[in-house]
Amino acid sequence: MLTLHELSTSYGPVKALQQVSFTAREGEITAVLGANGAGKTTLLRTVSGLQRADSGTIELEGRRLGKVAADRMPGLGMAHVPEGRGVITELTIEENLRLGGLGRGRRVQPADLDRVYDLFAILGDRRAALAHTLSGGERQMLVIGRALMAGPRMLLLDEPSLGLAPRIVAQIFDLLRGLVQSDGLSVLLVEQNARSALSVADHGVVLNLGRVVADDDAATLAADDQLRHAYLGF
Amino acid sequence: MQQLLNTALGGLTLGMVYAAFALALVLIFRSTRIVNFAQAPMAMVTTFIALTLIDAGYSYWIGFAAALLAGLVLGAVVERVLIRPVEDKPEINAVILTLGLFIVLHALAAVVFGNAYRSFPAPFGIRGFEVGGSTIALTGFGVFTIGAVVVVMALLVALFRFTDVGLRMRAAAYNQEVARLLGVRVGRMLTLGWALAALVGSLAGILIAGGSLVHPGYMDSVVVYGFVAAVLGGLESPIGAVVGGLTLGVSLSFVSGYVGSELVALAALGILMLVLTLRPGGLFSQAAERRV
Repeated sequence: MLTLHELSTSYGPVKALQQVSFTAREGEITAVLGANGAGKTTLLRTVSGLQRADSGTIELEGRRLGKVAADRMPGLGMAHVPEGRGVITELTIEENLRLGGLGRGRRVQPADLDRVYDLFAILGDRRAALAHTLSGGERQMLVIGRALMAGPRMLLLDEPSLGLAPRIVAQIFDLLRGLVQSDGLSVLLVEQNARSALSVADHGVVLNLGRVVADDDAATLAADDQLRHAYLGF
Repeated sequence: MQQLLNTALGGLTLGMVYAAFALALVLIFRSTRIVNFAQAPMAMVTTFIALTLIDAGYSYWIGFAAALLAGLVLGAVVERVLIRPVEDKPEINAVILTLGLFIVLHALAAVVFGNAYRSFPAPFGIRGFEVGGSTIALTGFGVFTIGAVVVVMALLVALFRFTDVGLRMRAAAYNQEVARLLGVRVGRMLTLGWALAALVGSLAGILIAGGSLVHPGYMDSVVVYGFVAAVLGGLESPIGAVVGGLTLGVSLSFVSGYVGSELVALAALGILMLVLTLRPGGLFSQAAERRV
């Protein structure tokens, strides 16, 4: 589905990613784990074209993404939910969702909106309210719903659990699991909260200082005491 | 009583033009954080294009349409050619460029159109209507001015509120990176924003010119009032720009009518200082909600 091959990225003299290679398989949740500064967010930004790679390749469904601009990604079936939620607070909930639907390049159908309102009833109840009135958990639901509006096959999620209560995190992860099972969605999930992420993911990749230090089944990673203590903090 | 009414009516007409000009500044500022100081000379150039056509024998309406169209094109060209290359640099670079453009357009207009005062026609009467035997300060052209600004503003509101392109433009204005991730071609939206702003500025330019004299510097005082009106409204809110423009127009009209016309510019600065002291974010500030 999504394959990275020896991907390197830097901010000036600082190397953020070094020779990162792994594959996020179709219909699976792949968790990218690691401490703050391990390069997780940079990885997503590079994949979605917000950040330029120094070297290496990215392939989505067999297609090289090298020079593809970020604003073309929704058309290729990839949606990126950025860190810090990325709700456009000055727009209403429905406008945020419609905006997501426009990314697929055709008119937004009421049925598309209804599908998201079915998933997140709270959004449907307040569709005309400005998005800045939403709580943190509701905002996370809104950005996931907005990403789904474009009908992606690959969803990039950056720290969806950040600042949310464990109960809400569980709810959001359950929903992701459901989408993967029902729609065959593939997810690349970046998380600092390794324990929750591994509980929902099929596969895990651990980054440390921009390098891949482990790449295995989620269950295997979760059972590896040494790895957990060294890199995952639980 | 009659003088009061007349002063208010005169202020309303003028305020509409300030509102349009302020709106032009706000449309650009809220999406790019750039105050376009070249807005006045850009409007001056498009008004001269209209005048050239009218003097060549075409009707006022051909000139009017040409000015708006020229504004649209000029705005897009300025964004693409001048602003785009410094997009990633601090905003002050672009602001200085618009100041440079101000000077260049002034000089070019003097060379191309001449530096003399020329009279600009009005499509409707510029004498006040007669009501009950006395003349009031509302002219046929004044009604047209108010109507034209209201129509253009209503069209803009409809564009932003009800169309997909308007939604994309708002998204690009509020959060460029998120908009990009959602497939919005942010560059195109910025170009379109500049084009629309310049169109509204051109409208203000040709409305001020109607029934009056134009020369390369005739818009320069309007940029001051338009800027004050935009700041009154908080520089980010289109509604604020309109209310700011009307407030300023009516206030200045009262200063001119009851205190003395030589104090108008001073009064504008006084109002600006007052608002900035009491409500630094403008009358419509939502400063608390704004990310920095």
